[in-house]
Amino acid sequence: MSASFFSVRAVRHPGSFAGEEHGPPAASGWLASGFLGSAGKLRFRALSVSAPAPSSSARRRGSSSVVVAVSSDVVKEKKLKPSSSSSSDLLITKEEGLELYEDMVLGRSFEDMCAQMYYRGKMFGFVHLYNGQEAVSTGFIKLLKQEDCVVSTYRDHVHALSKGVPARAVMSELFGKTTGCCRGQGGSMHMFSKEHNLLGGFAFIGEGIPIATGAAFASKYRREVLKEADCDHVTVAFFGDGTCNNGQFYECLNMAALWKLPIVFVVENNLWAIGMSHLRATSDPQIWKKGPAFGMPGVHVDGMDVLKVREVAKEAIGRARRGEGPTLVECETYRFRGHSLADPDELRDPAEKACYAARDPIVALKKYILEKNLAREDELKAIDKKIDEIIEDSVEFADASPPPHRSQLLENVFADPKGFGIGPDGRYRCEDPKFTAGTAQV
Amino acid sequence: MLGVVRQKVGTGGSPLTVAILGKTLPFLRAAATPLRSYSSAAKEMTVRDALNSALDEEMSADPRVFLMGEEVGEYQGAYKISKGLLDKYGPDRVIDTPITEAGFTGIGVGAAYHGLKPVIEFMTFNFSMQAIDHIINSAAKSNYMSAGQLSVPIVFRGPNGAAAGVGAQHSQCYAAWYASCPGLKVLTPYSSEDARGLLKAAIRDPDPVVFLENELLYGESFPVSAEVLDSSFSLPIGKAKIEKEGKDVTITAFSKMVGLALEAADILAKEGINAEVINLRSIRPLDRATINASVQKTNRLVTVEEGFPQHGIGAEICTSVIEESFGYLDAPVERIAGADVPMPYAANLERLAVPQVEDIVRAAKRACYRSVPMAVAA
Repeated sequence: MSASFFSVRAVRHPGSFAGEEHGPPAASGWLASGFLGSAGKLRFRALSVSAPAPSSSARRRGSSSVVVAVSSDVVKEKKLKPSSSSSSDLLITKEEGLELYEDMVLGRSFEDMCAQMYYRGKMFGFVHLYNGQEAVSTGFIKLLKQEDCVVSTYRDHVHALSKGVPARAVMSELFGKTTGCCRGQGGSMHMFSKEHNLLGGFAFIGEGIPIATGAAFASKYRREVLKEADCDHVTVAFFGDGTCNNGQFYECLNMAALWKLPIVFVVENNLWAIGMSHLRATSDPQIWKKGPAFGMPGVHVDGMDVLKVREVAKEAIGRARRGEGPTLVECETYRFRGHSLADPDELRDPAEKACYAARDPIVALKKYILEKNLAREDELKAIDKKIDEIIEDSVEFADASPPPHRSQLLENVFADPKGFGIGPDGRYRCEDPKFTAGTAQV
Repeated sequence: MLGVVRQKVGTGGSPLTVAILGKTLPFLRAAATPLRSYSSAAKEMTVRDALNSALDEEMSADPRVFLMGEEVGEYQGAYKISKGLLDKYGPDRVIDTPITEAGFTGIGVGAAYHGLKPVIEFMTFNFSMQAIDHIINSAAKSNYMSAGQLSVPIVFRGPNGAAAGVGAQHSQCYAAWYASCPGLKVLTPYSSEDARGLLKAAIRDPDPVVFLENELLYGESFPVSAEVLDSSFSLPIGKAKIEKEGKDVTITAFSKMVGLALEAADILAKEGINAEVINLRSIRPLDRATINASVQKTNRLVTVEEGFPQHGIGAEICTSVIEESFGYLDAPVERIAGADVPMPYAANLERLAVPQVEDIVRAAKRACYRSVPMAVAA
């Protein structure tokens, strides 16, 4: 490593972490850390204490400030610690298990189909796929009500699907057809759905966080100013590790904690921002620590394990719903594909990719379900088949849908189209039947 | 002879004018040979290579020049413009930043205050909106506020305008926004020669320069002469280039639209209209002299731009021409701009929202014959 001012010097603490099941391969940036807990200690103590510092454990003392991926296999943990503090042996019921499985398979199959369609030219522009991160989306969104809001980034297809936007609507939107959820006007990066309270879909990272904070503000406002006593809507904001270096993130952490807004900030830390490793971009890579700095709990969870994510999510969403304020949840996860379909993905170490591929969240959940006898293999296969049919149907629907009519070009610019002004005949322009012929005729 | 005709008939589209022009223009078409500015050398260079070589040469010539931006180092540049520079100059001069435009732009401006020459890359100029406070308030206004004590020799560069299917938040053209601000120089290269010459001039310039490239042009090849390839080559800031000389109508354009304007000029030539195409190269300062001289020669103007129509570059050019060459105009000035809507994602709507060659041809014909009625502008 050069000693130049701008390159990050990695700090090594070899072999410092007892309880680490697998040593990480010696790829650059893979260093020992001392702060990851097991499934049995999901930081409930941290969440219940309103004071800044999360509970310490002996392991974390003298820890380095670098992130490592530790494989924490749910099934293995359960066997080792039968009397763990996460109470019952089973974290989910059969119905819940199948719901989670179906949602994750839907997300994965949809994204795989997107890749196919992109290479066939049906989709264009920037497409960012979510493969590998399904546990985070499913783990959080499946606990939300329809009225709760979700705000995302450009990697938003699976958030939309988990929130309930039909696969047909999302696929049509990606094809640029008028039956898409935004009538073909938004595209891959701008999924919006008022019905399902998906507030976007933003191209700039960090842009969604103030929006989400505002939605939470509105929820609190409705309860306290407008006196809608039963308004306990929670907002969940999803964003990545790169976003955590952006000023908007900190501004919103401050205000959300200050005003005790009902929001959960979920960091999908997949360690890479296009080609920039999180460790090269961040002075202190442990993002969960930034929560306590602003007066809210910061939690780190294994984002490749949907059950762990779900447990943390329950607590965080519950906190928000009860009016106790925001939570910062850092989910350690990984994207199996490149940043976008145009990214050659040359900078990531294949060993790192292989390590995370072994922790595929869908495979892990399937294993859990089967080992706990929550469902049979054929029931899971039936779900796989059902999802395949849904995806096929969505592609056919999108293919068969018409592209937007040229008159749609000028629609939806304003909520009140009188914003287009007054025409030469003294009437509002939008009242002229020839108005939507489009400026392109000029 | 045409001049005499014009003085007799005056401005406007009376049938008499149309008839006379219809008869005289074919004479002109035979007489005038459209001049292409192709150089005699056979070497071709893509815009991407032109920018890369310009950065390379300027960085090796002056150790105070450094490049800062997202993915410029290890990723070789989000659009590969800075390919190879990290290996050549090291991580101290090619700096990968975290995703924090406001922060690193401010850091660049501060470095410029204190004697360095930063080149700040925005992955697209849409992201510069997160940093616009520093571009305008810290960079553009500083020389004035400090009465000349602090000059800011910084270059902000990156792709600007629409690409293909990238949606509303990635497709806006910022030429008009930045060009309205005193203290900034705004450059818009089209060909490789423009890219090399203007980027070198921008880096050497002691003032803040906003350098608006275009993603779709990066892969296009243009012929370059030996003079362009020389490391001391640079183009003057504030001088437009007449890409094709003509006599009948002036078409001004910048960046990608120059290519479309040249195509339109080819089509118009077949129909007897000899268009003069001006590649603006520099939006601020705008080369009003060249534009007005051209309009005084052709008497008709069509401005082309990709951005939103209201308060756009075309608006400024049209006003400049009305102010200085009103008596020479034979037809109302025509403005072609992008549609007055955020860029839609759907492919067919996106095609409608950006000017196409046919739109330029139609407008030029309208400026010449007034035969096609104008549609209602949004």
